[in-house]
Amino acid sequence: MSYTGLRSLLPKNDLLSFGVLALLLVVILPLSLDIFRLNLIGKYLTYAFVALGLVLCWGYGGILSLGQGVFFGLGGYAMAMFLKLEASSPENTAIQSTPGIPDFMDWNQLTELPWFWEPFHSLGFTIIAIVLVPSVFAYIIGVAMFKRRVGGVYFAIITQAVAAILTILIIGQQGYTGGVNGITDLRTLNGWDIRTDGAKYFFYFLCVFLLFVCLLIAQFVRKSKLGRLLVAMREMEDRVRFSGYDVSNFKIFVFCLGSAFAAIGGAMFTLQVGFMSPTFVGIVPSIEMVIFCAVGGRLSIIGAVYGTLVVNWAKTSFSESFPELWLFAMGALFIAVVMAFPNGLAGLYKKYGEPLLLRVIDKVKAGRGGLGGDLNSKGVVHERQ
Amino acid sequence: MFADYSTSELMSIFAMQGFAGLILFSVFVLMALGLAIIFGQMGVINMAHGEFMILGAYITYLTSNIFADHMPQLFGSYFFIAMALAFVAAGALGMLVEWALIRHLYHRPLDTLLATWGLSLILQQLYRTIFGAREVGVTLPDWLMGSIQLTDVIEVPINGIFVMSLAIGISVTVAALMYRSRWGIQVRSVVQNRPMAGAVGINTAKVDRLTFGLGCGIAGVAGSAFTMIGSTGPTSGQLYIVDTFLVVVFGGAQSLLGTIASAFTISQAQSSMEFFLSGSMSKVLTLLFVVFILMLRPQGLFSLKVRR
Repeated sequence: MSYTGLRSLLPKNDLLSFGVLALLLVVILPLSLDIFRLNLIGKYLTYAFVALGLVLCWGYGGILSLGQGVFFGLGGYAMAMFLKLEASSPENTAIQSTPGIPDFMDWNQLTELPWFWEPFHSLGFTIIAIVLVPSVFAYIIGVAMFKRRVGGVYFAIITQAVAAILTILIIGQQGYTGGVNGITDLRTLNGWDIRTDGAKYFFYFLCVFLLFVCLLIAQFVRKSKLGRLLVAMREMEDRVRFSGYDVSNFKIFVFCLGSAFAAIGGAMFTLQVGFMSPTFVGIVPSIEMVIFCAVGGRLSIIGAVYGTLVVNWAKTSFSESFPELWLFAMGALFIAVVMAFPNGLAGLYKKYGEPLLLRVIDKVKAGRGGLGGDLNSKGVVHERQ
Repeated sequence: MFADYSTSELMSIFAMQGFAGLILFSVFVLMALGLAIIFGQMGVINMAHGEFMILGAYITYLTSNIFADHMPQLFGSYFFIAMALAFVAAGALGMLVEWALIRHLYHRPLDTLLATWGLSLILQQLYRTIFGAREVGVTLPDWLMGSIQLTDVIEVPINGIFVMSLAIGISVTVAALMYRSRWGIQVRSVVQNRPMAGAVGINTAKVDRLTFGLGCGIAGVAGSAFTMIGSTGPTSGQLYIVDTFLVVVFGGAQSLLGTIASAFTISQAQSSMEFFLSGSMSKVLTLLFVVFILMLRPQGLFSLKVRR
């Protein structure tokens, strides 16, 4: 991409916030936290993928999906299936009545691997499946809903039902999915132990890298015509339709993109945490993911990352010290974010933080460069409004 | 799957499962009626609806304990008092919530969803703090115990019949309120055209508050009835909320008749499949069926024809 292309993709203030986030995630956190805490941050960041997808779907497109856990889960389960197959090689599972199949299948009297598990012997297939299966699933839901102009509240309820269906299915079909315990006891990735500290560092940085890839894709969508159309649709759908755009296709696209992000997050979750279970698929986690996005600011892709980190960090530290208070705090957070600051952390920053920062920069510039600096900074302010 | 049973056995199975389905139907109707009023008529997504129901259940539990401790001779009739108390308490809480929260959010339906979800978390934790995390059950009065033997293989539990008649009674009352009372006319006119309703002198804010309160109050009664057939825990409400929303959406959000019809379809489908498949599979199939129908007919089974 040429320099000007890059400039228009990442204007100065966005570049600043991308840079600060990168500094935080790549330098400050790894240097200041031990590997246990860093692994936790890595786990939180996997939710940030989902929150990022929700910013595009909900913040920009106005489509609130309460079933993002489905896609997170599909991605996570795909990864877990590969790892589980590798962990249950015939040598490792020699004590089972049928060696070579995952332990929970053996417990449920299955004697051979179900057909849909077979392809997950291959890492290449797994990686493709992680992105493709959830996207296709989202496409099917999207076409069925948006082509019939189902939106808003109804879409939210139906995605919620889908999340409920998948959870019940996973829990009910123990022999095929590991049931309520999920897929546990994952050990190696292509022979490489994923439980060592080295592997945890590697997956943390891989997760940060992938997050930035997704952030850049999201930034590209935001800055492109598509992003502007999404906002237009959210505000006045009929007018966009009358202007000759096929509204449903844009919605389907952004919904699929959001689900692909969520699936990548899910796969990274499995790699870093070492298991996958239906507790990350159902309605409750799906709605929690919406609150990460809402706290960060539903219109800010960078805010989604901060929102996820802040809420999860609060959740961990609260539930460590006062477990009863956490649900109160979480509930209050939901209400406060809706009633008091609908644009979340990003909105607060835009309202109070950024002007302050600009004033500080102005002062520094005025102190150093006199009149020229002042004019320049005024130009910047003008550009931003 | 039918081959293993003889015809008469199949008949009895369907009769028994059909009756079990009718009990589920009654619970669905009771829960969905309140939601149909709040969601269908007002367009507010109340995710805390299940918690209003549980409030009713806990109040019934408390009342039954008080009766057992202080007036054991009147224990047989505690349920009616408990039901009235549940209605008042849930309704009052509903009006409070409407005043504090919902009325600021009428133009942002998706935001009401998040705010009421937050409310449901708070209420759940509140129940857990007050009543403990364990599920509680009530002692049924004697006249609700036992069952009626219809034939050799078919028997129906009395508490089931009671819950069912309760559901029918409340449905009729709500229908009468909505379609035969002055207040019902006001509610329907506010729903159909808010500015015009205001212009002819209806106090729309007051109608909203009463409607929301009534919906929550019915949820409280539903919870009260729920204690007859199951035990109550802090998170019991959450288990039913998705089913209830699907019942309302499937029936056509603005039609009370549709709500009842869809509650009937869903509960019967679920309970008659339950005998042959596992409970989870029958639920999955039922939900899939509902989602599939909604994809074909997004407006639900019965939809109100209004020019917008």
